[in-house]
Amino acid sequence: MRIRNMMALAVCMAAAATAGLADGHGGKIKVGMITTLSGGGAGLGIDVRDGFLLATKGSDVIETVIEDDQRKPDIAVGLADKLIQSEKVDVLTGIIWSNLAMAVVPSATAQGKFYLSPNAGPSALAGRGCSPNYFNVSWQNDAFSEAAGAYLSNEGVGKVFLMAPNYPAGQDMMAGFKRFFKGEVTDEVYTQLGQTDYAAEIAQIRASDADQVYFFLPGGMGISFMKQYAGSGVDKPVAGPAFSFDQGILGAIGEAALGVKNTAHWSKDLDVPGNADFVAAFQAEYGRLPSLYAAQGYDTGLLLLSAAAKAEVSDADAFRAALKEAEFQSVRGDFAFADNHHPIQTIYMREVVKEGDVVTNKMIGVAATDHTDVYGADCKM
Amino acid sequence: MTTLLLIEQVLNGLQSGIMLFLMAAGLTLIFGVMGLINLAHGSLYMIGAFAAAAVAGATGSFALALMASLAAAAAAGAIVEVTVIRRLYDRDHLDQVLATFALILIFSEGTRWLFGSFPLYLDVPAAFAGPVTLPGGIQYPAYRLLIIAVGLAVAVGLFLLIARTRIGIQIRAGESDREMIGALGVDISRLYTIVFALGAALAGLAGALVGAIQSVQVGMGEPVLILAFVVIVIGGIGSIKGALIGALLVGLTDTLGGVLLPLAFGLFLDPATATSIGSSLASMAIYILMAVVLIYRPTGLYGVAT
Repeated sequence: MRIRNMMALAVCMAAAATAGLADGHGGKIKVGMITTLSGGGAGLGIDVRDGFLLATKGSDVIETVIEDDQRKPDIAVGLADKLIQSEKVDVLTGIIWSNLAMAVVPSATAQGKFYLSPNAGPSALAGRGCSPNYFNVSWQNDAFSEAAGAYLSNEGVGKVFLMAPNYPAGQDMMAGFKRFFKGEVTDEVYTQLGQTDYAAEIAQIRASDADQVYFFLPGGMGISFMKQYAGSGVDKPVAGPAFSFDQGILGAIGEAALGVKNTAHWSKDLDVPGNADFVAAFQAEYGRLPSLYAAQGYDTGLLLLSAAAKAEVSDADAFRAALKEAEFQSVRGDFAFADNHHPIQTIYMREVVKEGDVVTNKMIGVAATDHTDVYGADCKM
Repeated sequence: MTTLLLIEQVLNGLQSGIMLFLMAAGLTLIFGVMGLINLAHGSLYMIGAFAAAAVAGATGSFALALMASLAAAAAAGAIVEVTVIRRLYDRDHLDQVLATFALILIFSEGTRWLFGSFPLYLDVPAAFAGPVTLPGGIQYPAYRLLIIAVGLAVAVGLFLLIARTRIGIQIRAGESDREMIGALGVDISRLYTIVFALGAALAGLAGALVGAIQSVQVGMGEPVLILAFVVIVIGGIGSIKGALIGALLVGLTDTLGGVLLPLAFGLFLDPATATSIGSSLASMAIYILMAVVLIYRPTGLYGVAT
């Protein structure tokens, strides 16, 4: 599938004819978006795409070419080559998954392209593998879990049961939690990636003497676990990073998710300038509530617009400096880039509640203020 | 680990085996009778779950949802058999794999086109929502007991169907000599359509039952399909009894392996290493089981050498 979003083409043509061509794009920025639009994880990619398009809607400087990576690293690499070589894009964005980002980002930035990550922040790209042209607009992978560890410690939780799939992001997430959690970890269970039945793990939770469960099970895994946990009669409180409780998933879990605490850098009821307008505009445009992925896509679009207003993309140094300043009104509130081009942002604790007939998230407090990752120390650029 | 926890885990293993049996029974019937490798069996499972979620969403009745899943999967199975599968019986297995793989893609994208990319909501019926207390004080989810009961009822029903009815005789005859029963006046193509629809209906039922406690989303059938193939290879291709025994073996090995192996390694390794090695080995356990069975019984536990 491929959609060209040529905003106000006629205006651009007229502008190009009169203003003259500075860099072959007539001052325009060509964006290549590689994201997941089919297969199991398509909901995330669609939200990022829609958020980004909403932010850049009506802009006459940004032209976006959208491609579907099908969640496959080899396809993403092929698309990146195509976008760079034949579409001649200036900026790449859109990738959802860490393993795809690792396959695409280093080569794209080495070719002098900018990459703005609207999701996924593998530790390698935050530390030793950081690049001047790589800007992470979402989070470093460990961030939500680190904040959750800090929050639960402050709440006085003593013993915790940890669970995650047995793959790098799962292990990172648990390591991040343990980095900030001061209590005792009674059990640490690693499940199979893509596991659908959690009866055995729920029995272990029941038998464990932990008084809190913290888990990271993104997508369908989280849906299965929460539904089965609700039916099991185990009543230990549950928390996790927001990836298992975003708006796209909550509808499928339903009331089984009520009361779950989850950490995120954004919530639809976050009281910062512009957020309410974003939520209303997104609902009006697409007829559904935005998820945090949509918020990240939206912020990515705003960041790009803010840089485009200050510098020509053809002047890479000036454009990079403009991106680094991050002078845009993020729907997350205060937002700045650390020296490794990863966010410094506040992470909140949300709780799943029912508003009318809709199961959704509500803010209940701050988990970590101006949080940034620990890998920046290894970043030399 | 306490005895109670062990008993609960054994129940979990049995229940996961029963769910696998519903998938594997249809697959093994189709393979046994028609000699067809049907990779799209997972898609029929998905169709059952989506039909159930749609009907449950519209009517609120779980019983109607189950019926809808049976009907939708059987109808999809019959249509696919008549339009596509029928042309594949005489082709070699590679062609069948290619064609049915194409069916997976068509069904997945078709379902996405109809229902969108976000997972659907399907919940267990209110009557079975909570846990029940079993003798000995074990708390066990009522819905999982329901799955065990339905699975056993289907197993008994299938045995009776194959052993005692006219269509069962035709199915068994078709397995051993398809030319001969054609010569005896049995409408072989109609029989094949019926068997395929029956297998599809079982997969759809499994999808609906399991969808209520898992996530109803595009691509949900493929992980189960792989396990179902392991089951029929262990049990012996074409044997319903083999599918039942194989499914229970796989369910128990998978569940108990995941629980016991990390504990076993914990006896002589530090906890972090034990968890990591134990979890990795547990994910291999069923394939090791399959390999061991194949070494001693190359045709599977109840397979017939050809």
